[in-house]
Amino acid sequence: MKSMNTLVFSLPWTVIGRTVIGRTVIGGTVIGGTVIGGTVIGLALLALSLGCSQNPSNVNADASGSKLSGRLTLTGSSTVAPLAMEIARRFEQLHSGVRVDVQTGGSGKGISDAHAGIADIGMASRSLKPDEADLRSNQIAADGVGLIVHSSNTVSELTRQQVIAIYTNQLNNWKEVGGLDQEITVVHKAEGRATLEVFLEHFGIDNPTVKADVIVGDNQHCVKTVAGAKGAIGYVSIGTAEADIDARVPIRLLPLDGIQASSANVASGDFPMSRPLNLVTTESPSQLAVAFVQFCQSADVHDLVKSQYFVPVTSESNVAK
Amino acid sequence: MLRNDLPLKIVTRTLAILSAAIVLLVFGFLVRESQPALSQLGFTRFFTDASWHPLSGQFNLTPMIVATLLTSVGAIVLAAPLGIASAVFVHFYAPSSLAIWHRRFIELLAGIPSVVFGLWGLVVLAPIIAQLGGSGQNLLTATIVLGLMVLPTVAMLSDTAIGWVPQDWVHGAAALGMQRWAIVGKVVLPGARRGIAAGVMLALTRAMGETMAVLMLAGNIVEMPTSLLSPGRTLNANIALELGYASASHRSVLFVSGLILMLVVSVIVIGVSRWEGRSNGGR
Amino acid sequence: MADDNLPASATNNDRPSERAEFIAAAAVWMAAMLVIGTLVWILTDIAVRGLSEIDFAFLTDEVRDAGRAGGIGPILLSTALILLVTLAIAIPLALGTAIALTERIGQETCFSRNVRRCLDVLAGVPSIVFGLFGNAFFAITLGLGYSILTGALTLACMVLPILIRTSEQAITAVPNEYRFAAASLGLGRTATLFRVVLPAAAAALMAGVVLSIGRALAETAALIFTSGYVTRTPESLLDSGRSLSVHIYDLAMNVPNGGSQAYATACVLVMLLLAINATTAFLLRVAGFSRRPAMGTQR
Repeated sequence: MKSMNTLVFSLPWTVIGRTVIGRTVIGGTVIGGTVIGGTVIGLALLALSLGCSQNPSNVNADASGSKLSGRLTLTGSSTVAPLAMEIARRFEQLHSGVRVDVQTGGSGKGISDAHAGIADIGMASRSLKPDEADLRSNQIAADGVGLIVHSSNTVSELTRQQVIAIYTNQLNNWKEVGGLDQEITVVHKAEGRATLEVFLEHFGIDNPTVKADVIVGDNQHCVKTVAGAKGAIGYVSIGTAEADIDARVPIRLLPLDGIQASSANVASGDFPMSRPLNLVTTESPSQLAVAFVQFCQSADVHDLVKSQYFVPVTSESNVAK
Repeated sequence: MLRNDLPLKIVTRTLAILSAAIVLLVFGFLVRESQPALSQLGFTRFFTDASWHPLSGQFNLTPMIVATLLTSVGAIVLAAPLGIASAVFVHFYAPSSLAIWHRRFIELLAGIPSVVFGLWGLVVLAPIIAQLGGSGQNLLTATIVLGLMVLPTVAMLSDTAIGWVPQDWVHGAAALGMQRWAIVGKVVLPGARRGIAAGVMLALTRAMGETMAVLMLAGNIVEMPTSLLSPGRTLNANIALELGYASASHRSVLFVSGLILMLVVSVIVIGVSRWEGRSNGGR
Repeated sequence: MADDNLPASATNNDRPSERAEFIAAAAVWMAAMLVIGTLVWILTDIAVRGLSEIDFAFLTDEVRDAGRAGGIGPILLSTALILLVTLAIAIPLALGTAIALTERIGQETCFSRNVRRCLDVLAGVPSIVFGLFGNAFFAITLGLGYSILTGALTLACMVLPILIRTSEQAITAVPNEYRFAAASLGLGRTATLFRVVLPAAAAALMAGVVLSIGRALAETAALIFTSGYVTRTPESLLDSGRSLSVHIYDLAMNVPNGGSQAYATACVLVMLLLAINATTAFLLRVAGFSRRPAMGTQR
């Protein structure tokens, strides 16, 4: 009956409204949206308003009404990504109609994405393999690979045989190579990484024969591991190691075959272990992609390359491959 | 039941089916990606090969499965007692203001990213455990940090579960002269056991699914663990570690390991659910 | 108050049980202090390493020099957007599912049992698999690309199990007397649900939401492959934008010498969490229902 329905629907409001539940009816359904929405939107608006105030400066920096426009997507190596990101920012400032998005996922993903057309350019921290010959690779920087030990380690240099013996579990204590009486903690990299392949190739070691104590993924993981264990030895990008040594992290770079492990030596070609940082495209990339790759290889971005602790390559440089 | 309840039933059931369907989508994705490896290599090679060296054709996953189970179960062994004790503390032992703060701290712990836990473990905890030998990156460190990460789940769900045990039971027990510890242990905790079990279950699955922190702390050596201080690699850490640099066939193998993890989780979930159903007498 | 509700033991002369009580109390206190102590240890570590970097410019500036200079303004915005969209998707879905699962209180139907199993398995999916799934399904198949929307959809899938579980608990915990009273007034199930049960369960529901926000903010591996790595201010939901935890990961583990900024960002994230939790608690108290630590139901 109609009057019954009105009774049913108005009665709860009047009776229940006067009790504890009444307050909840009013407050409850609104609370959820307010709490989340308010805090989050407030923060978002704050950041947005302040972020927007920065954007006009980008437009003013547009150099010459350039006609390049569009969107570029790069995916791939997380080593190359910070460098690509900085170069992309400078590129966007010069060409205001361009948007360059940099994503990570690893060299393998970068190359396969470039192949499949999911990404315009792939970033790889290694050279192309034979089965990737249908892609074009453009080197934009080089990265040396050096051995690091804890700074309290008294050993000043290791010969080639000693390094091989350490990594294949034939030497287990630092005192056997002239250091303190401490067990050697061998830090190795995960399979497939370019740093690992450069290292193994230089020393002529087969991966299955390596017996490590810790396997790490990123460079920083290696650095922090070595810094945390006095008897540790590992190998990382020389630039990363130099940056961390500057920041007073307790590690030390070991020379190789008598040559100091430093970015300068990598640039001059004296230091033997290094890997290339490449931008990979298909055989016929878009005009925007070509322009971007050329920008990355130009001298305009050498300061960015150095700021990311890599070694810039020019056509005359003789960085060891 | 009034007529106008049908829309509610339809809408909510649809939403429920949608939620449940997500897991089927994920399974389908995993099956699709691991299909090349499974059809080429078959299933048994993943348990019988000599070692894990995918670039040399060796694909034994067993040490990684063992490491995954060890770290997850270890994390629960650590987190469950501490979490339940936390909840009991908040309800029975703490003064009111301390209890509120304790609860806030637990909520805070729940939101700390796995990266921050991993970093803290790597830079602070590992060097301490390194005093016991090695690099400090081993299953023990990973288990401790993983336990800390899933602790809030157990604590908060147990907290709510204990809160809903009827006060009459507590008063009745006190009237019988039971002491606080007895009331907690013999009346409240059994009364809250469904909620607590749900919390522990959620925490276990969360521990099995954790990637970042374990990657940074467990040492990542693929070998059967011989002691708590041995390094180990879990299935998730393996995927994270090798995926970015893997060729297409290697990728497929990694997805097989993901699929195996999902199967292990499913077996545990269904097993626990059946056991719960039986012990509750179909309640 | 916990102490008031429980009378002292009537038999004080009972030595063994007094000792047992002491041991139990000591154990509980030690466990609680251990948990809090470790948390304070972690927070202090982060604060010491990173607090000095934070100032207003840090919170609003653009990201420069791969994160080692400038600030995290765009990243805060991206994180906020991801969080907002995640909750907008997950809350209705979770609430609806929780309602469907609690149709018959105290009885397990075949439907609810299997949905629960699916959700428990979903809770065990590794975060990196979620990331790859999100990439393959939302980004590639549905064509959304690396975007905030993709990240939010993936995160919504991840927080769903815990949100549903806590919502279920909250709804089941509402005393049956409320339902009986509503039924005696002639309210149908829909009306009972929305006008009686859900408001009564609101505090516990909000607690579940807070737990999910924490889980969402803490997620890294899933977001790297879905909402992406870009540090530019997002202009729409289809733009890519990294979240705070991805930024912390990149600065700490990838970019050389980015450690102090990583810790500073971690401090900001912790403060954001504190702010969200405190605001929730405050608003709940203002609305009249606080979760008092005392035992028992909210009558």
